[in-house]
Amino acid sequence: MMLLALPMAMIILFGFGITPEIKNSKIAIYDPSKDQATKNIAIKLGTSEYFTLLEYVDNPDQIETIFQEGKVGLLVVFSERFLENLMHTGDAQVLLIADGTDPNTASTLTTYATGIIRMYQQEMMRQENIPFQIDAEVKLLYNPTMKGAFTIVPGVMGMVLMLICALMTSVSIAREKELGTMEVILVSPMPPLMIVLAKVVPYFVISLVNFTNVLLLAVFLLEVPVNGSLFSLYLVSIIFIFVVLALGLLISSLTDKQLVALLASAMGLMMPVVMLSGLMFPIENMPLILQGIAQIIPAKWYIEAIRDIMIKGLGLQDVLKEIMVLILMAIVLITASLKKFKIRLE
Amino acid sequence: MKVIVAEKLTKKFGPFTAVDNISFEVEKGEIFGFLGANGAGKTTAMRMLCGLSKPTSGFGKVASFDIEKQSEQVKANIGYMSQKFALYEDLKVWENLRLYGGIYGVPNKEINERIDNALGQLGIQDEKNTMVKSLPLGWKQKLAFSAAIFHEPKIVFLDEPTGGVDPVARRQFWELIYEAADRGITIFVTTHYMDEAEYCNRISMMVDGKIEALDSPKNLRKKFNAESMDQIFHKLARRATRANN
Repeated sequence: MMLLALPMAMIILFGFGITPEIKNSKIAIYDPSKDQATKNIAIKLGTSEYFTLLEYVDNPDQIETIFQEGKVGLLVVFSERFLENLMHTGDAQVLLIADGTDPNTASTLTTYATGIIRMYQQEMMRQENIPFQIDAEVKLLYNPTMKGAFTIVPGVMGMVLMLICALMTSVSIAREKELGTMEVILVSPMPPLMIVLAKVVPYFVISLVNFTNVLLLAVFLLEVPVNGSLFSLYLVSIIFIFVVLALGLLISSLTDKQLVALLASAMGLMMPVVMLSGLMFPIENMPLILQGIAQIIPAKWYIEAIRDIMIKGLGLQDVLKEIMVLILMAIVLITASLKKFKIRLE
Repeated sequence: MKVIVAEKLTKKFGPFTAVDNISFEVEKGEIFGFLGANGAGKTTAMRMLCGLSKPTSGFGKVASFDIEKQSEQVKANIGYMSQKFALYEDLKVWENLRLYGGIYGVPNKEINERIDNALGQLGIQDEKNTMVKSLPLGWKQKLAFSAAIFHEPKIVFLDEPTGGVDPVARRQFWELIYEAADRGITIFVTTHYMDEAEYCNRISMMVDGKIEALDSPKNLRKKFNAESMDQIFHKLARRATRANN
């Protein structure tokens, strides 16, 4: 069943939903000149299939906040007296600011935008017969050198924690069931909560050590900055670890076999994390149904929060939503797995 | 003194009645054999008495605690050895005993002494630091038994403890059981080796979830006019309607 269904699911997922293509990405425009040329360019950008014009920014101070809120992927900044400069000197500037926390998306977006601006420039040249030059300059916020590591590191953190915590917990409990040691421990007067804690605490510690190692390597080897506070980074990670440990427990309470636990963790957890967490493919371009599924993937929220804290340097109050979602998931999953675990005793 | 009391214990899994209305009593220090073919309901009955599984109906007391309402106290007073002699293969011999001692709350200062005593009794002092996975099967079983009675429980439940080992090892294993019974530990043992049934003080024979016979081996032979347990078992098992799997 799984052997037949999986390839079909994959081709449908990749064919329709999960593509690195970007459509209808939200953009904002800062336009101090407000002349015919900038308006035309704005319309061209807004009506293209790649972009949706979200808002006009009135104040340059807003530039930073609009990216912190994560509302737009690209901000188009026109120079002052755009049309005037264009007509007189034949030369005007436009600055494309993109969110560099995801360099792949950022570079795709700026390429699209540059292309549209260039097309407009050629149209103008045909009409007016004067050589125009619109300089499109690209700036990547948070990640000026466009390092891929900036996206990969938070993603890898999510994956490592997922792998170690969920997979190891579920496999180790399934292993004890297979060997029969679990039965003997269940006959003992140990309360179920203690048994669960005893199984989970070592992996919790290992996860924290792993997280620290990944973080150290990222900072010192890959030169990825930690712009936010280390405390918030650890806090969010610990909450996420609780979520995945609970997931691992849940999987192990559903199966008695190590192999099943392994497959369930690998297929059920790793695949969605890689494909739907926004790690490799932008979530906003997926069909609605996949976007919906992405919302219930803990790693999606974790990776988002980690990116905000590490790369954008935001504080806890800015990732409050992600934290709340993760805490909610942790509570639901821990309750469910403890309940399941107890039922197995009866 | 009665240490195990079962009254009309029944366990149903959906429409299937695994244990059907069984009643019996076991005295302190007794070796009580629980016999039956595979699938007769032995393990299910035992799991109920150990507090691992809730009876659908009926009542049971183990070590004078209610198996349903006081399962925690029941668990503290029993030892249990499963079919798979559950030892941690990648722990050393002494570490396994140390672990079970800890789980059952044996005081720390007594643990080392008890480990030495237990290994002395098994005659495997030299293997104290050996990994359990490199022990021969017969030794593993004896060690699992030692682990099950490490905390000196009132009753020890043995679920087919001698499966898969040779007759010599089985004989040695039963010597251990007698030693434990002499110390006042009640033994509740399931088996399907009929020769082992002769070693028990009393035996019950289960067929299709019901107890069909319960007495001392001698009385049973007289009653069924048979020479061996094996014959009695065949007479009873022929009545079984459940598939033997």
